[in-house]
Amino acid sequence: MTVNGQPRAAEVEPRTLLVHYLRDSLGLTGTNIGCDTSSCGACTVHVDGEAVKSCTVLAAQVAGAEVTTIEGLATADGLHPMQQAFMDCHGLQCGFCTPGMVMAATSLLREHPNPTEDEVRLGLEGNLCRCTGYHNIVKAVLACAGGGA
Amino acid sequence: MIPAPFDLVTADSAEAAVAALVEHGDDAKLLAGGHSLLPLMKLRLAAPAVLVDIGRLRDRSFVRDDGAHVTVGALTRHRDLETSPVLAEHAPLLAAVAAQIGDPAVRHRGTIGGSLAHGDPASDLPAAVLALGAVLVAVGPGGSREIPAEDFFHGFMDTALHADEMLTEIRIPKTAGAGWSFQKFNRRAQDWAIVGAAIQLGPTPRVALINMDMQPLRASATESAVAGGASPAEAAAVAAEGCSPPEDLNADAAYRRHLAQVMVRRGLVEAAGRSAASGQSTVT
Repeated sequence: MTVNGQPRAAEVEPRTLLVHYLRDSLGLTGTNIGCDTSSCGACTVHVDGEAVKSCTVLAAQVAGAEVTTIEGLATADGLHPMQQAFMDCHGLQCGFCTPGMVMAATSLLREHPNPTEDEVRLGLEGNLCRCTGYHNIVKAVLACAGGGA
Repeated sequence: MIPAPFDLVTADSAEAAVAALVEHGDDAKLLAGGHSLLPLMKLRLAAPAVLVDIGRLRDRSFVRDDGAHVTVGALTRHRDLETSPVLAEHAPLLAAVAAQIGDPAVRHRGTIGGSLAHGDPASDLPAAVLALGAVLVAVGPGGSREIPAEDFFHGFMDTALHADEMLTEIRIPKTAGAGWSFQKFNRRAQDWAIVGAAIQLGPTPRVALINMDMQPLRASATESAVAGGASPAEAAAVAAEGCSPPEDLNADAAYRRHLAQVMVRRGLVEAAGRSAASGQSTVT
């Protein structure tokens, strides 16, 4: 598979989950493990450009795919516009849910470039913030959409 | 949480998947999107010795207009049902149901065939295919066979599929603009329905219930009442007849019976409104 643009090849046990491969084998610990039951979205990454919960995908299922983690969003020129929007709007408190939120939000904007506030809230329903900071998260996503990101 | 060890077989065709199932028998399970099976395996509620990965059978992922019906490949993801223009025109109920499953990330992976084969009475798609009067097509070592949706769900997570069969497609009669509704009651974002109802009007009105028994099922008393010209309130009053609803932290059986009546009443009203909007009420 390709991870953040780099080709990666590995022999893994069939039961290896994508999130464990990313964190334990590749050291990409930006992707968090939260609920571990595909509810909380902390482990959200992109597979071929779409948000998926990497705790519920076997690494072997995405062999050959393009995987992007939070570490792969920023470029040499700086933060991804969504990351910048989260910073500008204070879309985080403790930060645990943030990588998953940003990955879900970028996937959402790819499918709905100009979402309404309701669409953002529904689009992020699979990502839980336990600091209850949704207000600013939604604001960040709307700001990023408005900024043409 | 990590699943118990298993061997992984990657199938490059439905025939290869069936051959693997024949070889490994009851020890093997098919893996499509994995969004029903993997959570169970992580909780060690399921521990198949062999997983047959059919997730790469791209030719089994499609929504096709076949004249009198729409054919949906079993590997079609919820996201692709949700956004299908063919379904929007000919079976909007299915697209609407798919759009409310889990959350967007789940809908990027989960497939219709996987969800139906899982046979969970709390999941949404079984009710949709029951309400639509769909026919499910399965392939096994002896060839393929058609199973009407109403004969498919046998019990709790138990379906008509044999251990060596794979669901390949779902055929959905076109609904010709007839009214429909999907009602899902839950208390947390992305959760399963505490109770839900899928309703498709037309020459044969069908009402299917979610989470009202050990298996997905139709509300036959309500269907007879609708066919006999009963009002939504009258027809909904018998929605829970014959059901043995499960009890859990969310709801006891009496509450589920009540919810079923409310969901069905709202659904019948909404469906009738949609029929009227498309001119169907003057036809039937």
